Amino acid sequence: MKMKLAALAAGTMMAAAPAMADLIVPNLSYRTGAYGAGGTQYADGFNDYFTLLNERDGGIGGEMIQVPECETAYNTEKGVECYESTKEGALVFNPLSTGITYQLIPKVSVDQKVLYTPGYGRTSAKNGQVFEWVFNAPANYWDGASVAIKYLLDENGGDLNGKKIALVYHNSAYGKEPIRTLTELGEKHGFELTEIPVEAPGQEQKSQWLQIRRDQPDYVLMWGWGVMNQVAIQEAANIRFPMENFIGIWWTGSEIDVMPAGAASNGYKAVTFNGVGTDYPIYEDLQTHVIEPGLASQGGEHIGSAVYSRGMYAAVVIAEAIRKAQELAGTSAIDAPQLREGFENLNMTQERLAEIGLPDFGPAFELSCSNHGGNGKARIQQWDAEAQQWTLITDFTEPDSEILEPLIEADSTAFAEENGITPKDC
Amino acid sequence: MFYREAGNFKTSYRDDGQTFPIKLDRMGYYVILGVAAMVVPFVINDYWASAVLLPFLIYAIAAIGLNILTGYAGQVSLGTGGFMAVGAYSVYKLMTAFPDLSILIHVLLAGGITAMVGIAFGLPSLRIKGFYLAVATLAAQFFLVWLFNKVPWFYNYSASGQITAPERTVLGWAVTGPAASPAAKYLVCLAFVIFAAWVARNLTRGMIGRKWMAIRDMDIAAEIIGVNPLTAKLSAFGVSSFFVGIAGALLFAVYLGAAEVGEAFGINKSFLVLFMVIIGGLGSIFGSFAGAAFLVLLPVFLKNVLVGVLGWPTDLAAHIELMIVGALIIFFLIVEPHGLARLWQLVKEKLRLWPFPH
Repeated sequence: MKMKLAALAAGTMMAAAPAMADLIVPNLSYRTGAYGAGGTQYADGFNDYFTLLNERDGGIGGEMIQVPECETAYNTEKGVECYESTKEGALVFNPLSTGITYQLIPKVSVDQKVLYTPGYGRTSAKNGQVFEWVFNAPANYWDGASVAIKYLLDENGGDLNGKKIALVYHNSAYGKEPIRTLTELGEKHGFELTEIPVEAPGQEQKSQWLQIRRDQPDYVLMWGWGVMNQVAIQEAANIRFPMENFIGIWWTGSEIDVMPAGAASNGYKAVTFNGVGTDYPIYEDLQTHVIEPGLASQGGEHIGSAVYSRGMYAAVVIAEAIRKAQELAGTSAIDAPQLREGFENLNMTQERLAEIGLPDFGPAFELSCSNHGGNGKARIQQWDAEAQQWTLITDFTEPDSEILEPLIEADSTAFAEENGITPKDC
Repeated sequence: MFYREAGNFKTSYRDDGQTFPIKLDRMGYYVILGVAAMVVPFVINDYWASAVLLPFLIYAIAAIGLNILTGYAGQVSLGTGGFMAVGAYSVYKLMTAFPDLSILIHVLLAGGITAMVGIAFGLPSLRIKGFYLAVATLAAQFFLVWLFNKVPWFYNYSASGQITAPERTVLGWAVTGPAASPAAKYLVCLAFVIFAAWVARNLTRGMIGRKWMAIRDMDIAAEIIGVNPLTAKLSAFGVSSFFVGIAGALLFAVYLGAAEVGEAFGINKSFLVLFMVIIGGLGSIFGSFAGAAFLVLLPVFLKNVLVGVLGWPTDLAAHIELMIVGALIIFFLIVEPHGLARLWQLVKEKLRLWPFPH
C-alpha cells in the first residue's frame, strides 16, 4: 500500500508543478485552524491584487503573475511542506506567520529566495547586512511598539513617568518580540511594564484580565492574533477597562476582532501601517476587473477590511519590487536574486502609491542594501462601533530609532555569530 | 502462492524465534532496508525529504517510543509532546554548548536526558493507574512546555524564544542547518530509525519486554510472580522517553531547523503520536511504522490529490482532508480495533494459506 501511495503521490506532484514561464509568487496562506479568520482575509487581499494586475495590465512588465496557494494552517510542519512544494521557480515568500518565518530564514538564504515579511517575522531582519534575503518593510514589531509608546507620550504631554502599562501577548515567538523594546522604552520613559502572556490559541483569558483588573494599569498593549483578540476585547469590556486606553498591534486591529464585543468595543485602538476601507481609487478597477467578472478570491466577501488591505499592501510592495527588479535587470523574466536587487533598490513614494490608486495607503519608505526594513513609520487607528469602521487618528509617526537601532544591531549580530555569517559590507 | 513455504524448516530454537520467521518476509525486509539505505538517498529531493520521509521516520521513532510505554507496558501517556520538547531543547543546548562534539552523540545524549526526565515523571505511575496516570502525564506535558517558554536559559536568551539549529556535520556532510542535503538528513534519520526499531524489538521480546507485558496484562499477578513493578514501570518510562527524546531532537534539529515549544511540541503532538500508536497497533513495532505512515503520509497525499490534481481551493481541501482522515480512523478502528498491525497480520495469515484455505 505504501508503494502505491508513494507512486500516486509522485504522480500527483508532477501534475502540480506550475508552468515555468510566468513569475511565481506563492501564497502560503492559512484559511483553516485557530487563525483562519484573519488568514483568509489576508490571502484574499494578496490574491486579488495580483489578479487585478494580470487582468488589467497583463501582469507586470508583460509577465503574468502566478499565485499558487498552499494551506499552512499556521502550522510550522505544514509550512515546511508548503515551502518545499512551491519553491520551484518561486520568487518570494510571504508566509504570514512568525513561526514559519523563523524556520524559513535560514532556508531562503541557501535556496536564494526572497522572504518578505511586512509587519511580522524576525525584527532584526531589518539589518540587511546579516539577513541578505529577508525584508520586513515598512514596519516591524519593535517599530509598532515604539509608535504605540510615542502615541501614549503625546497623549500624556510627553511624560509617561510612573505610568503602568500592561502587555497582553500571545505566548509565542510573535508575542514575545516586543518585550525587549518595551522594557528598554520603559527604562527610558519611566513607565512600568507588566508582561501578561496568553497561551495559544487564547480562548481562555479570565485570569489575565483579572490580573489587569487588580493591577489597574493605565494602558494595555496587546500582541494577539486569531481568536485571542476577540476574547481579549470582550474581557476588557467585561471588566470595563476604558477602550481608548487599549492599543493593539496591527494584527490585533481588524473588524472581526472588535465586532463580537459590539458597542462595548467602541474606541479601541490599534497600530497600523496600511489604510482600510474601500475609499481608494483602486477599488474602481478592482470592481471592473476582478469582482464583476467573478474572479475575486473566495468570492470577495472581505474586500476593504483591515487585514484584507494589509494582504493587498504586501502584494503592492512585492509588485513594485518586481517592477524595480525588471527595470534593473533589463528583462521582464526575472529570477529571485534579481528580485532581491529590486527590493534593495525599492523606493516607495507617496506619488507612486497615488499612481497605483492607493494614495496615503502606506508610509513612504526606501530600502537599501543595509536597511531592509524601511523607516518603520506607522499610525494609530480607532474603532468606531456605531459606523462599524476604523478611523485613522494619527499621521504616520516615526519610531524611536535611538532605542531600536542598538537592539537590532545586537540581535542580528547574535544571529550572525550563531550561524557563522559574515555581515556584508554595505 | 505468495508465500512459498515448502522446504522452509526450522531446526533450532534460534531459527524459530527470529523476528521474521518466514523466509519471504525476511527477504522482503532486507530488500526494503537495502532500497531505503542505498537507493532512496540517490533519488531523494528536498520535497520528498522535508515533506514526506523525514516526518515519517521521525514520527516512527516517537511512535516506537510511545508504543513501548503504552502498548507494551500499558501505561497511558499524554506527555509525548513535552518529552519531545525535552529532547529538542537538550539537543539545542548541547549543540550550542559543545559545538565540536558530533551531532550524533548530542542526539543520543538528548535521548538520555529525556529518559531521566521521563523516569522522574513516571514515578507517579507506581501509585496511579489508567486514566489517572494519563492526567498525571498531561501535567508533565503542560509543565514542560511552560518551563521551556518561561526560562530563557533554555533558548539561550533569544528575543523571541525560538530555538534555531546551527549547522553541524557528520563525516563532513552537513545534517542540520539550511545547507544540509536531503540525502544526508534522510540517512541520519534512517540510521536512528533502524537503531530504535532494532533495540525496541530486541528489548520487547526479551526479559524486560516480558516484564512490561506482565505488568500491562495484570500488575498484581505480575508482582506475585516476581516482577518488580518499580523497575518494570520506570524502565518502560525510561526507554520510551529515550526514543521519544531522540525523535524530538531530530524533529527540531534535522527536520524543522527552528522550533517554538508551544507550537511544535504542544498537546496536539501528544495526541498525534498517541493516535499513531493506537491506529498502528498497540504492542507492535510494525504498528508504529504503519501508524506514523498513516497519519503523516495520508494528509500530504490527500493534499496533493485534492489541490494538485483536482484543483480544489486550499481551504476546502484542508477541511475535506481532516474529514477523510477522521473517517478513515473511525473506519479502521471499527473494522480492526487492534490497529493496522493486526490487519496486516490477518492478511498475512490468509495469504500464507491461499489458495487452499482449508
